[in-house]
Amino acid sequence: MTQQILIAVLVLGAIGAFFAVVLYFVAQKFKVVEDPLIDEVAEVLPGANCGGCGKAGCRAFAEACVAQGNLEGLRCAPGGDVVMQKVASLLGCAAEAGEPQVAVVRCHPANCGENRRSNYDGLKSCAFANTVYTGENGCPFGCLGCGDCVAACQFDAIHMDAETGTPVVDEEKCTACGACAKACPRRVIELRNKGNKGRRVFVRCINKEKGAVAMKTCKNACIGCGKCAKVCPFEAITVADNVAYIDYTKCKACRKCVTECPVHAITDVNFPAPAKKPEAPKPAEEAPAANN
Amino acid sequence: MGGVHPEENKISNDAAIEVMPVPSQMVVLMNQHLGAPATPVVQKGDKVKVGQLIGEAQAFMCANVHSPVSGTVAKVEPCKDAFGLAKPAVYINVEGDEWMETIDRTPDIKRECTLEPKQIVDKLKEMGIVGLGGATFPAHIKYAIPDGKKAEYLIINAAECEPYLTSDYRVMMEHAEEVCIGVSILRKALGVPNAYIGIESNKPLAIAKMQEMSRQFEGIIVEPLKVKYPQGAEKQLINAVTGRKVPSGKLPIDVGCVVSNLGTAFAVYEAIQKNKPLIENILTVTGKKLPSQHNYVVRIGTTYNDIIKHSIGELPATTGKVISGGTMMGKAVVNLDAPTVKGNSSVLVMDEGEARRNPETACIRCGKCMHACPMGLEPYMFSSLVKNNRIEEAKEHNILDCIECGCCFFSCPANKPLTDEIRLGKNKVRAMMAAKK
Amino acid sequence: MNLLNISGSPHVHSDESTKRIMWRVNMALIPALLVAIAYFGISALIISAISVLSCVLFQWLVEKYILKVPSTICDGSAVVTGLLLAFNVPATIDMMWIVVIGALVAIGVGKMAFGGLGKNPFNPALVGRVFLLISFPVQMTTWPDVSKVSFFGLDTVTGPTPLGLLKGRGAEALDQLPQAWDMFIGHIGGSFGEVSALAILLGAAYLCWKKIITWHIPVTFIGTAFVFSAILWLVNPVHVGVDPTDGMTKLLGFIDPLTTILTGGIMLGACFMATDMVTSPMAKSGQIIFGVGCGLLTVIIRTWGAYPEGVSFAILLMNSVTPLINRCCKPKRFAC
Repeated sequence: MTQQILIAVLVLGAIGAFFAVVLYFVAQKFKVVEDPLIDEVAEVLPGANCGGCGKAGCRAFAEACVAQGNLEGLRCAPGGDVVMQKVASLLGCAAEAGEPQVAVVRCHPANCGENRRSNYDGLKSCAFANTVYTGENGCPFGCLGCGDCVAACQFDAIHMDAETGTPVVDEEKCTACGACAKACPRRVIELRNKGNKGRRVFVRCINKEKGAVAMKTCKNACIGCGKCAKVCPFEAITVADNVAYIDYTKCKACRKCVTECPVHAITDVNFPAPAKKPEAPKPAEEAPAANN
Repeated sequence: MGGVHPEENKISNDAAIEVMPVPSQMVVLMNQHLGAPATPVVQKGDKVKVGQLIGEAQAFMCANVHSPVSGTVAKVEPCKDAFGLAKPAVYINVEGDEWMETIDRTPDIKRECTLEPKQIVDKLKEMGIVGLGGATFPAHIKYAIPDGKKAEYLIINAAECEPYLTSDYRVMMEHAEEVCIGVSILRKALGVPNAYIGIESNKPLAIAKMQEMSRQFEGIIVEPLKVKYPQGAEKQLINAVTGRKVPSGKLPIDVGCVVSNLGTAFAVYEAIQKNKPLIENILTVTGKKLPSQHNYVVRIGTTYNDIIKHSIGELPATTGKVISGGTMMGKAVVNLDAPTVKGNSSVLVMDEGEARRNPETACIRCGKCMHACPMGLEPYMFSSLVKNNRIEEAKEHNILDCIECGCCFFSCPANKPLTDEIRLGKNKVRAMMAAKK
Repeated sequence: MNLLNISGSPHVHSDESTKRIMWRVNMALIPALLVAIAYFGISALIISAISVLSCVLFQWLVEKYILKVPSTICDGSAVVTGLLLAFNVPATIDMMWIVVIGALVAIGVGKMAFGGLGKNPFNPALVGRVFLLISFPVQMTTWPDVSKVSFFGLDTVTGPTPLGLLKGRGAEALDQLPQAWDMFIGHIGGSFGEVSALAILLGAAYLCWKKIITWHIPVTFIGTAFVFSAILWLVNPVHVGVDPTDGMTKLLGFIDPLTTILTGGIMLGACFMATDMVTSPMAKSGQIIFGVGCGLLTVIIRTWGAYPEGVSFAILLMNSVTPLINRCCKPKRFAC
């Protein structure tokens, strides 16, 4: 009995030892030398693999950081300054402080409801709908409402408003990775600086049609009249191709343009509700905007 | 291989071709064909006659556009097409109906064509002829055979396998002789011994008529085809008529074939023998719930609303969809104020109930899409590959071979929008290939 | 006027739907159910009802409380599973609570655990059946004797099945084997839906006519089983003899091919379970491989395996290689 146990132990032990030796040599032979720093950097990254940095994933970003040795042109938007500081300290270089950004939907929600001219019945994909027609309200530039951005978001930060059929960004959750902006076939979504206390002003329309044509499709379409550009004290607004654009690096959120815009195409968000200004947008209209 | 049998619904079969009156304003789009838009050669205030050149083909892949009416050019600016996209266009206020003197408007039929092949192709270009089967491929490019290639067969597609459409059928019934002359001209242009006219065997009257007429012409053979959708698809038609198969990624000319639509042959006759540019479409107005069914000859540029107004007054209240083309490959129209363009073959009005798709359910892997696919592809697989953005794999499984005939969606018991998904996938594959270059 | 709808082409759809396919399969199972009621009395009906109801109920519960998706019980797939599961158990009344457990395993483990209809790699009814066969071997192999059952008789009078007799290898088995005609119309012992080949073939013919199944799987399945067992039978036909290894008088050799295909679950399996769209290959060539594999495995398990019946195991084994077959057997591409 004891002898049998002994044989079993010895045989198994010998097999184990043999394979251990084989494995050791194989491991030596095929060893991949990798900078341990990559692991350390990857450790501090959010690990969402969102691709917002333009790399294939967080590890690829870490590899790029280590290979480059500094953080020039590299930024993890979801991680923000906190993560970039950590990466910088690991690499021993300085991190550029970036302005926190947020995704912004540049199409007016009032665009969809009653202005619908057709009913889309095909594949729920903006990329596909874009090849079939102009959109349910007939605007060839606006939101198609099939939710490619929602599907692209890994942070559950963008949702379809069932009533308006346009997406709404959850500012708390949005990490400005830019996946939604990339997914949008019409580039309706843009990353903009979050602004002081989240207060920001932007043109909620990218319709490049001539004023009269644009007005026909949507009552909130930018008609490119240029009034906003004239009133802007900081030269932040440019009008090109019949549509105004506010440069968020120059805009000081004075909101002169908001009141000036004849079609209410310019939106301000996260400002305290206007107290005694009759010409300012009504609270009801601002409600959907505040979520953005 | 593959194919489906949708309900034929050729309810406008017996409606003789009528002439649609000319509306008071005309919008002529500048890109009515595959390729670059034509360049407008008229300005606001110019007087134009019927058949006068108003858009010139300057790019290689382009076709001339002629005025379908006489009158004054009101403006030259973009107009929204049937899908709502702005396209360059010429607006003409119609005054009278004055035709260019060069156009032979007599009803006489001219059989002899003395032009040389090269001259025929040049004239096709001059007259702005494009393929009227749906793709609107400029005819002068198709009939200018590239060096090193040789055409052996001319195949005329008169299968009309799409449900509802009857315009080709009516042309065969009423203009058999003109069609045969057109085919002879195209045969001469290519220098091929025989031209085959493929007609689905569910049109016995048209087959009889064409067979009788073709006996008077040399080298025209009428080929009855099995009834199956998509029998009229280019590759399937070539296979049915010649037994040859166009390999993946190749063109019909690579197997020595040139395919044209029957409507094109008729337009060729008018262009070559009568000097009449492509300014008219033969168009079916049909729908199960419409009070009457029609076939019209319509000036290109007449809007959908004008056509509807003249033919049936107004759309029924229960209208759910208006389609330009057949139910399998036609395009749904959203903007009824848009002008018709070259190649439009129908205004098909579908009822709300018919038009809506049923909700999608889970794939039960029945393989019906696969058995229905005339190209031997696996649509169910593309569906999941495209959804998961596995574009490279979709390409490896030959997604680009898809001819978008719609058999997969038609046969899917789970109502999955397979054809849509595959189109999306094809776009993504093309984008990926372009990015690689 | 309504808003105009817009979508990509095509704008028409065949009237085919998953729901219609499933309910047609249910229709096709009705002849077999009627035969079962005729032979085994009311208990067959009760067991079928319990099985169907519990399958539908479990599917509803899982969809509502676990997956939290819209209910799909109306599509009829749970009913198909329920009927097939019921058809696979003996028609004795003490099977009732066992059937409920079988339904839970079939729907819960066999189908919903994978995400519901269309995503299950194995035929759910067979998963349930095999689970029961392994867990309750006695109850699952105690069959009522057809000749002794009265219509409302709920007590069990057990009798042997042809395959059980043969597996037992008793020398007397040969005389007790039913005639081929009895086996064809179903006047034999067995799980109650399996007994009548005639009723099952009737249902299968209906499915073929409605283009829900094609001939490929049933014909190759049954054909292979027939040919394979015929070869074995020709080499060494069944006979009573003395086993040289232990000197006992018992049944030796292999049973004849007709008995092979008419007994047990081959007919039901080949026509209804192997042809399950979800778990069988899509291409025709793949279906032929699948059918041949099922036929071979069935005869192998029956002849050399521990169980008298091998159809369930054979189909489940072939289900597991279906993705592989799908990968290898592609449709023929145009011009390739």
